[in-house]
Amino acid sequence: MSLLNLFRRRGSAPVARERLQILLSHERAVRGQSDLLTKLKDEILAVVAKHVNVEHDQVQVTLDRGEKVSLLEINVEVPNSVGALAAAQ
Amino acid sequence: MSKVIVVTSGKGGVGKTTSTAAIGAALAATGQTVAVVDFDVGLRNLDLVMGAERRVVYDLINVVQGVAKLPQALIRDKRIDTLSLLPASQTRDKDALTEEGVARVIKELRAKFDWVICDSPAGIERGATLAMRYADTAIIVTNPEVSSVRDSDRIIGLLDSKTEKAEKGERVEKHILITRYDAARAARGEMLNIKDVLDILSLPLLGIVPESEDVLRASNLGSPVTLNDPASAPARAYRDAASRLKGQDLPMTIPSDRKGFLDKLFGRRAA
Repeated sequence: MSLLNLFRRRGSAPVARERLQILLSHERAVRGQSDLLTKLKDEILAVVAKHVNVEHDQVQVTLDRGEKVSLLEINVEVPNSVGALAAAQ
Repeated sequence: MSKVIVVTSGKGGVGKTTSTAAIGAALAATGQTVAVVDFDVGLRNLDLVMGAERRVVYDLINVVQGVAKLPQALIRDKRIDTLSLLPASQTRDKDALTEEGVARVIKELRAKFDWVICDSPAGIERGATLAMRYADTAIIVTNPEVSSVRDSDRIIGLLDSKTEKAEKGERVEKHILITRYDAARAARGEMLNIKDVLDILSLPLLGIVPESEDVLRASNLGSPVTLNDPASAPARAYRDAASRLKGQDLPMTIPSDRKGFLDKLFGRRAA
């Protein structure tokens, strides 16, 4: 453990550098304009809410900002009864 | 022609006030007139670092509100007579600063001094944006550490959008001053190195101030580090930075406190 730590401790600076480069490329992109991903999330949820009664605590939103692409994941639980209702119409 | 400089960083505790005092004193020591202005309303400290805390009568807010005239509020340094301090108010709130008031005070200072150095408060709110508002040049004080670099980047964005120069389509001249640098740790890959910081922020370097106990000693004594111990590593770094502000082209070095055998033998004086 201690030996492993000794090796691991070398070079935390490159990690810091990489994290900063990724973070700042995002922060610079959204500077002066509202956050695109937040806007997407809000509008997607609004569209879903038009057709389905969405409970806000049943919506999971995760975001992973990567270097080249970001992943915005929105999981909305749709009750089965809605599907049945739509089929009946 | 006089120049207005803002010393800023976003993050607190990186060395804005130390740098303002040290560079102000270094410029004044060359015979040019310098005013250092504390914009940290409510949390003033430049007076303490300059050793003038017992001489404060009027402050920036008093001048902005017209309660006192500028010459009444300026405190002339006892060591260098070309150096003056305009302290911040300790009791008022930063909302007492108005854009018009600050503009008027800066204009008056420009007429009296070769250099006007504004010590910005931390953060990105009113005090910080007013400190940078009328600047020609910005010194962005950055520690080789992730949160400081991120905040510096944010401040650079504000300098490019919220300053008077930016609104007129001009540019504030921007420099990075790296402080609290530990060359040995950077060499071991434990600390962001100079190249890392400059690559990320893409701005020219004004100087590298090494981590040093001389900085704390100077502030304990109420003396800018460039005056307190002119031969110390941080003093040399700040003096070089001041020379670069004046347009001199000096090779970039990282001053070191490491003493040779003879220096150790004969003590500090030999350095």
